[in-house]
Amino acid sequence: MGAVVALDTLLAARTLWHAGRSTAIAADGESTGHDALDALLPQGGWPRRSLTELLLPADGVGELALLLPTLARMTQAGSAVAVIAPPYIPYATAWQVAGVDLSRLEIIDATPRDALWAFEQCLRSGACAAVLGWPVHADGPALRRLQVAADSGECLGFAVRDRRHAANPSAAALRLEAVSDPRGDTVWQVRKCRGGPAPAHPFALATH
Amino acid sequence: MLWACVLLPQLALDAVLRRLPQPEAPLALIGGSAQLRTLHAVNLSAAQAGLRAGMRLTAAHALLPEFAMVEHDPQAESRMQRFLASWAYRHSSLVSAQWPGCLVLEVRASFRLLGPWPRIEARLREELGGLGFQHRIAMAPTPRAAHVFAGLRDGLAVMQAEAMADLLDRVPVRRARLPDDNGERLHRMGIRDLRTLRGLPRDSLRRRFGLPVLEYLDRLYGLADDPLACYAPPDHFDARIELGYEVESHMALLFPLRRLIGDLCTYLSIRDGGVQRFVLRLEHEQGHTDVEVGLLAAEREPAMLFELTRNRLERVQIEHPVIGMRLLARELPPFVPAARDLFDTRPQQQLPWPQLRERLRARLGDDAVHRVAPAGDPRPERAWRRVLGDGACIPVAPVRPPRPAWLLPQPVPLRDPHPRIVSGPERLESGWWDGDDARRDYYVLETSQGQRAWAFAPPGEQGGWMLHGWFA
Repeated sequence: MGAVVALDTLLAARTLWHAGRSTAIAADGESTGHDALDALLPQGGWPRRSLTELLLPADGVGELALLLPTLARMTQAGSAVAVIAPPYIPYATAWQVAGVDLSRLEIIDATPRDALWAFEQCLRSGACAAVLGWPVHADGPALRRLQVAADSGECLGFAVRDRRHAANPSAAALRLEAVSDPRGDTVWQVRKCRGGPAPAHPFALATH
Repeated sequence: MLWACVLLPQLALDAVLRRLPQPEAPLALIGGSAQLRTLHAVNLSAAQAGLRAGMRLTAAHALLPEFAMVEHDPQAESRMQRFLASWAYRHSSLVSAQWPGCLVLEVRASFRLLGPWPRIEARLREELGGLGFQHRIAMAPTPRAAHVFAGLRDGLAVMQAEAMADLLDRVPVRRARLPDDNGERLHRMGIRDLRTLRGLPRDSLRRRFGLPVLEYLDRLYGLADDPLACYAPPDHFDARIELGYEVESHMALLFPLRRLIGDLCTYLSIRDGGVQRFVLRLEHEQGHTDVEVGLLAAEREPAMLFELTRNRLERVQIEHPVIGMRLLARELPPFVPAARDLFDTRPQQQLPWPQLRERLRARLGDDAVHRVAPAGDPRPERAWRRVLGDGACIPVAPVRPPRPAWLLPQPVPLRDPHPRIVSGPERLESGWWDGDDARRDYYVLETSQGQRAWAFAPPGEQGGWMLHGWFA
């Protein structure tokens, strides 16, 4: 009997859930701008006040296509979006065509070590609606710091990292990995999402 | 104008005493040559034991076998005076530390802000007491008169020029701080007070004592302008405490550290600034150890800064004995007190973007934070530009075929041997007018890893791909 009570407690605390039974959770996420992805995620969008990790096999597999609708909506609403030490130059024309208001897009150049500091500062400050970063040398504790900073700054953090980090645990609330499907297209597989089991089927971005 | 004079009768001694955990123990400042050591100043308990300033060190030892000795440093005195000038700057914008051992500050302009003189005086006394300095305060319509009055009677305050002239007339010449030893000379000549002195014919007075005495009198009574060298606060903080003995434990460093942090915070509140990064330098016989302290936000709360620095300090291994301690703060960003609206839903430490940008620029470099804007040139490397600051407006890019979201700073050879051509070519031929001629055929390629590349080849060819961007 005692074991049953313990199980109920675990279920109530949402540390445990029934496989195949979707848990009722408030859909209070920030819409991703992709309806199929919104439907897939437990919060119905990017989890608010937390870090989202994007795991890529290489740069340029569609990570910006995934994010640009969100960034465009935020900048058009007048919120600042910070891009910390991007690996390439954000091509102004393409970002503008995607709907991003470039006067609200702040680009910050930094060395890898300072980039992590700048990432945390921007997340924590609460001045930005979203912060996009490439934490190359980030380890577990560093990601946890970023997650805490995103929580205290109430903003969306996007950490773009290499796919080899997928095996390592991460404090990010949502982890998406870019994988190739049998046809050779890039699809996004949810590896972890807070508040529910990771969906089994991947999400394919509309081809550009 | 009304000038307050803060006389610091034992500045050198206070500068030493205030950094000792037990200032009550007998202590003397030692000066003089190596052969003839004399006492420069003594504290209260040493004076009670019979020690006097000017006494020979051997004589002092005969009177009191055990007392602390600290080498007198004349520079420490002027350093302390500068520090106190920065403290006084909080109460007045006109502060002068021109005369040794005292500060003068204009207070009439501060009445409206800080209240009438008794309140300002009480405030000055309270803060000076907290900082650990003996003081005498007087106020008068001219700075020199305030200086003279402070030497005569503590707490004397004269508002009216006539009352001041009356009082000054009764001041003995020896106490009037006349230049050089003229006060003593006049006294010996039988001239007892300033009224008699002023009654003398100016011409003969000038011939006998020189112009400075007359100038001094005019300035004292407010008959002539008195240009003062006013204090201007520096924009960094640098304070140092010499320990006088070798310290190898953290505990013994905490008391001087508390003083340094307290001084820093005093200084910060005067500047209405905060500190985000500073260095605590532990000086050894040779070399030094730096303890860097960095904060997420500019702060000036002494207790918080002390705790933080203490934590950092305790993590440092002290390998050599420490003989001195120095606190250096180069950047003093503006301080934003944590204020929160009752119905504000944003987090408490929310920082507006301009301040965040300043913080980022302070650490990463002045042009580290920028924006991008499209430009009219068709060549990709010139089709965008960096924009610094808020002022510039962002133009709308001309309509062109799809452009990649990522642009490489320099085109590099594409390493994929067999990319699949998705679309193209887009012939780009431009720049013949500025010597940077570009003739390229741009293609959208798909690499074997699934990336969409934007690459160009020489016109008419489909090989030798140069990668210029990613459709991410």
